[in-house]
Amino acid sequence: MAYRSAVTESTPVRWLLIGLAFGILSLFLLLPLAAVFIEAFRRGWEVFRDALIEDAAFAAIKLTLLAAAIAVPLNTLFGLVAAWLVAKFRFRGRSLLIALVDLPFAVSPVIAGLVFVLLFGAQGWFGPWLQEHDIRIIFALPGIVLATVFVTFPFVARELIPLMESQGNDQEEAAVTLGARGWQIFRRVTLPNIKWGLLYGVLLCNARAMGEFGAVSVVSGHIRGRTNSLPLHVEVLYNEYQFSAAFACAALLALLALVTLGLKSAIEHFTGSRGSGRH
Amino acid sequence: MSVSIQSIHKTFGTYTALDGVSLEISDGSLTALLGPSGSGKTTLLRIVAGLEYADPGSGGVRFHGEDVTGVPAGKRGVGFVFQHYALFKHMTVAANIAFGLSVLPRAKRPAKREIGARVKELLRLVKLDGFDDRRPHELSGGQRQRVALARALAIRPKVLLLDEPFGALDAQVRKDLRRWLRQFHNEIGLTTLFVTHDQEEALELADQVVVMRNARIEQTGAPQEIYDQPRTSFVYEFLGEVNKLEDGRYVRPHEIELTFAAEEGVHLAGRVDHLFVAGPFARLSVMPERDRQREIEVWATRERVEEMALASGDIVGLRFPTLPAGAQRAAADGFRGDDS
Repeated sequence: MAYRSAVTESTPVRWLLIGLAFGILSLFLLLPLAAVFIEAFRRGWEVFRDALIEDAAFAAIKLTLLAAAIAVPLNTLFGLVAAWLVAKFRFRGRSLLIALVDLPFAVSPVIAGLVFVLLFGAQGWFGPWLQEHDIRIIFALPGIVLATVFVTFPFVARELIPLMESQGNDQEEAAVTLGARGWQIFRRVTLPNIKWGLLYGVLLCNARAMGEFGAVSVVSGHIRGRTNSLPLHVEVLYNEYQFSAAFACAALLALLALVTLGLKSAIEHFTGSRGSGRH
Repeated sequence: MSVSIQSIHKTFGTYTALDGVSLEISDGSLTALLGPSGSGKTTLLRIVAGLEYADPGSGGVRFHGEDVTGVPAGKRGVGFVFQHYALFKHMTVAANIAFGLSVLPRAKRPAKREIGARVKELLRLVKLDGFDDRRPHELSGGQRQRVALARALAIRPKVLLLDEPFGALDAQVRKDLRRWLRQFHNEIGLTTLFVTHDQEEALELADQVVVMRNARIEQTGAPQEIYDQPRTSFVYEFLGEVNKLEDGRYVRPHEIELTFAAEEGVHLAGRVDHLFVAGPFARLSVMPERDRQREIEVWATRERVEEMALASGDIVGLRFPTLPAGAQRAAADGFRGDDS
């Protein structure tokens, strides 16, 4: 858009600022990303492939996908319920609920991981009971899923709350007067109106679920081939000076990020051109 | 279907939206709930619809004698048209109209073909034939309004409720649609209740006007009655133009006789501040010489203005009716002019 308004800076200043923004972005975001891919392929395609199909790497990929496959649907459900409550009802404790939804964003992921160790670890509050019943949470899949769910909780809810608040209750009320019941209203009126926002939130949630390092690192125990997720596996490889393999796995994660970004832009473009939906 | 509302109380936290409101609406009538914003008229409409429940312990709502106070909105058989239409944005016009039928339990749901036929019939009724596949965002405000109406009528409601039906429309569309709704009501004879803050709309459209203020009903009656015999100063000021005289009396602009200042029996002399002639009518603003605080609106005939050869700045005399009909009635009912 090449319009000028009273608040616009003069052309040279504008170009300078735009140039600066792109310069910083390239230096801090684009360059490292490029470095990841260059390093990954430095010793050729074969090495890259071998690094990914090697047993420990394969197990890490599987674990990451599994954790995301459990955490993302759960958080989609939680997010929907939380957003629906906050946007459609006025109740005591509503602002507390909003604050709680944001908590995982405010808390360091490492602390999130430690909390679960404190609760379910061998020395934790429920540790003895869990041991008695032979249930493993920490240093096992359940712990990794819990940590992932905690860290990625806000994404769907945060995306939906402003969207649902701006849409108000009118269409749902119209559906009520026309005789629709709870589930019909959700499926036929609410869901179609929020589907793009929901998809967007799920996408971001998934990206974080697969990429989470801190929280998962605390609860995982780093058992190679068993409880190492992909990001943890990258770290292990790197510490063992297997740079090419580390960068190969990192490239896979980066690729995932790029696909997420691409899909996100596609959603924005699509909803934008339809003139309805988000924002 | 007649509607009977008995001493409804409604509070939102510490705010009182309705304070003991009772109202009878006869079968097949067109009733306007008229009042300024915050007077409780929309809350009353929503309580009749079942979208809001009256405070526990207060009265209830009856449809044709049957108590529906505890009946949920979806089972009351009311058609509700929302102020901003609330059309389902992601559905076509046809799907919007068919919605109420398509959510019926399988046993009661008409066959697809029947629903289709009903949609066509309704589209014809609201003069939108051929709009089946359009989306709400492709329609004008007036068209959306009529889709919302068709959607509400699809479930064959016993009562039709409209919240500010013309509030969001341009002046011209508003007038057309108002006339159309009046005709439409005459044709189908469905008991209809609508909310408005526009007195002209209420007077022109309704059989019965209910004037509301501060969570209470001020006066209920036929438009003519409300206009000619306002029972409170609020109703007097809210409906039509009115002048408040020094002695607290109210006089409608058309009740004032326009003459020369030197004539006998002139109650007040003043300068014509503004003169506007449209067709056979003339509107004047007169600034009294005694009391410069209150400008007085006078409606006269064009003939009279031309006869007197009046222009802005001239001095005229005003003669008020000895006791206006409205004031007489109001006085009889213990009416006092307050300055609210």
